[in-house]
Amino acid sequence: MGKTLYEKIWNKHVVHEEGDQPSILYIDLHLIHEVTSPQAFEGLRMNNRKVKRPELTVATMDHSIPTTDRTLPFRDEVAKKQVDALAQNCKDFGIPLFDLHSPNQGIVHVIAPELGITQPGMTIVCGDSHTSTHGAFGALAFGIGTSEVEHVLATQTLKQFKAKTLAININGALPRGTTSKDLILSLIGKYGHDFATGYVVEYRGEAIRNLSMEERMTVCNMSIEMGARAGLIQPDEKTFAYLKGKQAVPQGKEWEEALTEWKQFYTDKDANFDLSVEFDASHVTPQVTWGTNPGQVAGITEAVPLLENLPSDQVKPAKKALQYMGLEPGMPITEIEINKVFIGSCTNSRIEDLRKAAKIVNDYKVADHVEALVVPGSQLVKKQAEAEGIHQIFINAGFQWREAGCSMCLGMNEDLVLPEERCASTSNRNFEGRQGRNARTHLVSPEMAAAAAIAGRFVDVREWPARESKEVIVK
Amino acid sequence: MKSFTRFTGIVAPLDAANVDTDAIIPKQFLKRIERTGFGEFLFYEWRYEDGKEKTDFVLNKEPYRHAPILLARKNFGCGSSREHAPWAIAEYGIRVIIAPSFADIFYNNCFKNGVLPVILPEKDLEFLFEKTSKMPGYQLAIDLEKQRIEDTWGYMAEFEVAPYRKNQLLKGLDEIGSTLQAAEKINSFESTHKIFYKLEVSF
Ligand code: SF4
Repeated sequence: MGKTLYEKIWNKHVVHEEGDQPSILYIDLHLIHEVTSPQAFEGLRMNNRKVKRPELTVATMDHSIPTTDRTLPFRDEVAKKQVDALAQNCKDFGIPLFDLHSPNQGIVHVIAPELGITQPGMTIVCGDSHTSTHGAFGALAFGIGTSEVEHVLATQTLKQFKAKTLAININGALPRGTTSKDLILSLIGKYGHDFATGYVVEYRGEAIRNLSMEERMTVCNMSIEMGARAGLIQPDEKTFAYLKGKQAVPQGKEWEEALTEWKQFYTDKDANFDLSVEFDASHVTPQVTWGTNPGQVAGITEAVPLLENLPSDQVKPAKKALQYMGLEPGMPITEIEINKVFIGSCTNSRIEDLRKAAKIVNDYKVADHVEALVVPGSQLVKKQAEAEGIHQIFINAGFQWREAGCSMCLGMNEDLVLPEERCASTSNRNFEGRQGRNARTHLVSPEMAAAAAIAGRFVDVREWPARESKEVIVK
Repeated sequence: MKSFTRFTGIVAPLDAANVDTDAIIPKQFLKRIERTGFGEFLFYEWRYEDGKEKTDFVLNKEPYRHAPILLARKNFGCGSSREHAPWAIAEYGIRVIIAPSFADIFYNNCFKNGVLPVILPEKDLEFLFEKTSKMPGYQLAIDLEKQRIEDTWGYMAEFEVAPYRKNQLLKGLDEIGSTLQAAEKINSFESTHKIFYKLEVSF
């Protein structure tokens, strides 16, 4: 019988297997950042252990850092201590670090693909749940806890039980004006926030093949939001073209060798998944979450659901969510007014995201009562946007143009949504308090966020007028 | 890490589904570089308002304040991979969480920190939630060795746990130490395993 992509990567990395014990799995790339690593290094020191393969470990600073002027000193002393600890740990253990002043600094899941260290068929881990992003390259990539970070540092392996496999076959074409963010949000909306718990998901089908690499990353990024251990997409010509010429990717004869290797990573025709579902992309509409988990989502032309229309087990959570969100059942999504906009995060802060958002912004202005931030995912993305003049479009419109980092995705730095403020956010989580205490988060695509910034409320980007007719839309 | 033997304790009902790790330990407390000091901030936004205890939150009420067993709804521990969540739970004194399902990373993290996540069917959870609401101070006995949970009125349920994980809790295994015993295997694997990226960074 054939094998799935997951099984092939797994088999390629098993160092040791034994009865009902977890397997020892080799890890090709270990990404670390300041928040989930300090206790792991402390553990190494306590036990007199070394980092086994520092050159297969890459560190950056992204979660708790300011996104304002980097020449100024940190205002948050505790965050400073954490960042300093990472620098010291990397120095002591010989780990490459892209610090605040590095031209390669950025959100860990943005920088690895753009450096070319995320490659097909690899195993990649990081003390961060959105490590699933790297699955877009056909790499088995997943988040781990700090004890496991320590385990990988010390052994370059992990103890793992095999996951079940889930195929999500997505056919049809995404309609004009919708994005891969809308695709993944509607999927989670349909199947639920914990649908894929225990599974590694492989996204398959025409709609997935038609996505760009960056769009695929957005899809895989949010795999964890349906509980999946990891999300995978089979590598193809787009994957190889994306990688070619990247800083860490080999050239010449070694490139050919790599290519031959990467081409082995696909799911055989006669392979079996533990579970398969079908999804039609042609019905996807621009999505806006109304609740406090990513599965609580509706189309832009819809309304906040009436409680009586929900399945019985969803009524209580929805009630609680609506109370937190300050929304009423039945309220049309387009009547929800916002006062914050965040374009950023490892879901949607890459150059294509910024280009698409800038296209919507055009030369409109951010609504008076709205504070809007654009936070590029990495310094390279920022530089690229500035070379294309995209930053100017945002700045002219009244957006703040920031330095790279996680920023308002989780508000560990000063970029917070204040209590009861309402934010249109391109990030991945709308949990209670995620963007700040009592902050109200609505997850959307970059285009929808840009349009919301201008209109001051949610609008259907499919009807967003071209420049000539801009009077029509803004209140 | 405390080793795990049979014990009996009060059950605190947290009647919420999809309790995420952001709620278990909010991000403002993730800047500590130590492994300890998180217990006091467990469920911070639910427990406190303007620095004062919220009287309606279950862990702020007697007899639940020191309850070692927590009851919750499905998908407990979803979201961020932060191990700070089980650190906070363990430090607070909760040793067992009973729910119909758990998020993967959180589930895995629990065993490394002396916390036992018990998966029981929805109907058992219904029963237990009802018990706790009718009998504040309701207690359960947990026997990990036998994989069994029971009260003194005749309720008994068995639960599944992988033998490896059970051992982690019973014996407090040093996972890294045991993997390092396979060091030779790892080294020989490495010697033929090809990695195609090369990062040039100067220090
Ligand atoms: S951008 Fe948000 S989701 Fe992504 S790594 Fe940073 S905090 Fe996590």
